[in-house]
Amino acid sequence: MPEPQCARPRSVAVEAVAVAAAATPDGGAAPGHGAAPEPGAAPQRRSAGSDGGAPTGKPRGLWSDAWHDLLRNPVFVVSALVIVFLVVISVWPSLIASRNPLSCDLALAQEGSRPGHPFGFNGQGCDVYTRTVHGARTSVVVGVLASLGVALTGSVLGALAGFHGGAWDAVLSRITDVFFAIPVVLGGLVLLSLVAGTTVWPVIGFMVLLGWPQISRIARGSVITVKQNDYVQAARALGASPARIMLRHILPNAVAPVIVVATIALGTFIALEATLSYLGVGLRPPAVSWGIDISDASPYIRNSPHMLLWPAGALAVTVLAFIMLGDAVRDALDPKLR
Amino acid sequence: MGRYVIRRLLQMIPVFIGATLLIFLMVHVMGDPIAGLCGERQCDPATESRLRQEFGLDRPVWQQYMTYMGHVFSGDFGTAFNGQKVIELMASAFPVTLRLTLVAVAFELVVGVVLGVLTGLRRGRPVDTSVLLLTLVVIAVPTFVTGLLAQLVFGVTWRIVQPSVSYTAPLGELILPGLVLASVSLAYVTRLTRTSVAENARSDYVRTAVAKGLPRHRVITRHLLRNSLIPVVTFIGTDIGALMGGAIVTERIFNIHGVGFQLYQGILRQNTQTVVGFVTVLVIVFLLANLLVDLVYAVLDPRIRYA
Amino acid sequence: MLLDVRDLRVEFRTRDGVARAVNGVSYAVDAGETLAVLGESGSGKSVAAQAVMGILDTPPGRITGGEVLFRGRDLLRLKEERRRRIRGAEMAMIFQDALSALNPVLDVGSQLGEMFVVHRGMSRGQARARAVELMDRVGIPAARERAGDYPHQFSGGMRQRVMIAMALALEPALIIADEPTTALDVTVQAQVMELLARLRRELDMALILITHDLGVVAEAADRIAVMYAGRIVETAPVHAVHRAAAHPYTRALLDSVPRLDRKGRELYAIRGLPPNPLRVPPGCAFHPRCPVARDICRTDEPPLYEAGEGRRSACHFWRETLDG
Repeated sequence: MPEPQCARPRSVAVEAVAVAAAATPDGGAAPGHGAAPEPGAAPQRRSAGSDGGAPTGKPRGLWSDAWHDLLRNPVFVVSALVIVFLVVISVWPSLIASRNPLSCDLALAQEGSRPGHPFGFNGQGCDVYTRTVHGARTSVVVGVLASLGVALTGSVLGALAGFHGGAWDAVLSRITDVFFAIPVVLGGLVLLSLVAGTTVWPVIGFMVLLGWPQISRIARGSVITVKQNDYVQAARALGASPARIMLRHILPNAVAPVIVVATIALGTFIALEATLSYLGVGLRPPAVSWGIDISDASPYIRNSPHMLLWPAGALAVTVLAFIMLGDAVRDALDPKLR
Repeated sequence: MGRYVIRRLLQMIPVFIGATLLIFLMVHVMGDPIAGLCGERQCDPATESRLRQEFGLDRPVWQQYMTYMGHVFSGDFGTAFNGQKVIELMASAFPVTLRLTLVAVAFELVVGVVLGVLTGLRRGRPVDTSVLLLTLVVIAVPTFVTGLLAQLVFGVTWRIVQPSVSYTAPLGELILPGLVLASVSLAYVTRLTRTSVAENARSDYVRTAVAKGLPRHRVITRHLLRNSLIPVVTFIGTDIGALMGGAIVTERIFNIHGVGFQLYQGILRQNTQTVVGFVTVLVIVFLLANLLVDLVYAVLDPRIRYA
Repeated sequence: MLLDVRDLRVEFRTRDGVARAVNGVSYAVDAGETLAVLGESGSGKSVAAQAVMGILDTPPGRITGGEVLFRGRDLLRLKEERRRRIRGAEMAMIFQDALSALNPVLDVGSQLGEMFVVHRGMSRGQARARAVELMDRVGIPAARERAGDYPHQFSGGMRQRVMIAMALALEPALIIADEPTTALDVTVQAQVMELLARLRRELDMALILITHDLGVVAEAADRIAVMYAGRIVETAPVHAVHRAAAHPYTRALLDSVPRLDRKGRELYAIRGLPPNPLRVPPGCAFHPRCPVARDICRTDEPPLYEAGEGRRSACHFWRETLDG
């Protein structure tokens, strides 16, 4: 639903962006939501009202100001620390879990926790602690690569459409509409059931394929907003080349909403990977993934809930950390929302 | 207003063609359309070539798509793996999922909007902070985990509800699954309403309403809410289509024989007729929901109506 | 005395500290009188008016002291319900930007009629009829038909007329107009100002006119109060000010009048910038920009000196300024 929403208040639109971004499988089948962002979604600094508002301190740039705000925001600090920890253990899982996640002993199946095995054992007798630690790598890799892919593809296409307008823009808008009409879990089921694999690549590829329109829509709106600013008109009047206008004047000012949405989307991609693995079309064993472990544990949930709760808890904390990080970044970039 | 509706309808056509074509291609080109037709077994070569001809699989893909759409518009969605007509599967599955979706939407509307308004008016207070935190947790826990846990706690440990829904799926048994299905959107509706209310509460026209000497309840209901709920209604309307398509996980957990269940079966058995048929209808539902949202939006916001 | 504001103080708590937006402001308005409150952006003139009207955003704003005596009652001590009945009925406000100050999703007829429904208990039909009368009175053509239109369908000038109609609806004793013409085209500004002045005369209302436009002041006001950094630096009858100023800041404002061709340039003659409300200079807040400042100005905050002819000036050297 493109044009008609221009009348909405700006930061509501930003929230709607986040909503569209973060909608997870089932219940919110992203990226299909039409709660569409519009050309107005770009967070912009503005000083407090002329006479009526609270005064501002000495002026700083958008980015340094945002950074300053972030460091003082406990939500940001906590979620950033969690994320750093996750990245470290996904690069070097053996730092805190030295066992092999694939070595299991059926005799120990479904056993509870014991010394050396704090989270107990799963249905195949594998150590839940080791598998939970090693599962982080899959989630982080899928989340990071899928977001990067989506952010790059989406912002290039969206920015070009917003910059050039015309037929290119119209075609791209219709294409994004098409992608929005396909529920994401459904698309995943159809596509991934055809491409069996134990690596993360088909999953990432699918996420980029279905995720880019969402970023492209935001990038487009953001570029259109920035394009209308006086300094861009001035640069054009002074004879700057389109490439220079795009790279020097528009991109740096239009990139903020894309970063925010991509960060939040990162968390939801992680959740989506787990959901697809739960449905049996994401990663497949012997890959180690929280989604697989949760799926494997679900039949035993009545008797041995520990098998499900540990990987599910790790998954929730990870997704939460990325969503809160994105939230904090958005608040920092759009002070009006505070 | 009339032109607005017509423009919207016209814009739906390419989206419909694009979305159905995309699914059609995904299923037909990448999968084997006749793989599931002989039940669990592999088809023998003679049957296979006969089937290929019967379904026109020897012709170009675009012709196959046209033929299929022609059938669809005359009400023929083909045959499912067990010999049942796909349209019959739909007749039993869609009412169930529609009921489930309506329960979910009711939760979004009632719980989400009420929480959002309460927190939006009390921004920064303890109520606000705790609800906000809760919504983040709900968003962060994937629906299949929420569903499994809800089933365990309410169905098994406390025995308040049946852990799995019976075949006819009466409304009463759909309350817990509906809440699970709604959970993530519910959190978004809460956050969206909250932001919208808080934003509008500081707007100039609300200040004007206060300066006019209106009582607080009138300022809130007549001026603040009327404006704040516009984006929320838009979101919920669009969500209807998304919920119906996204109910696969919830239906699997609670063993509900709805759209998601049939689709899942169709995909597992590689039955193209079922998959393409159900997705086509879901796309139509999504587009109609969007059209409805656009109309409601125009009714609520005169700036759109007279644009 | 209709309105008597005494030593009003308003603070804003921000993350960077406390800003004293209004720092001991006193002014008074007689029935039927027009007081112009003059000052740059950030001088506290609008905040003070919002505190008087009772529509200050709290938080972040907070009234920390003073009295607002309206017809003898201290509004700051009234219960909110009593205060609400005064708003709109006995005192009303006109805002700068009518497009954002009017509700976008309600037609103007019902927004005007709402005043009668809420304060006078009229039926919707009666209220609608009164709304049309009002629109007619403020010069909106085809009032009956246009009452069903929405704010975005009106031109800027017509919208501001709707705003004025809304403020006048219940014939209040006091109207506060916060930069009522700033958002309008120059040609329309004069018409709207004329309308406001005429209706004020006809209904014999008092008017507080908040502005930074000296041209507007000269035509409409009886007295002026000049604000700087949250304080009143000079009050005087308007004719006296046009002869000579008793404060260097007022004088600088007057000197900049010929340059008053565009908003934002009127203070061309004053060097420097208005102070950051978080860090108001000690002594006289104007001293860093003042051409006659001496040592005492940097240390001692000047009181409001009586300067004759009904004038008061917060300058240690008011006599010198007046003569020079």
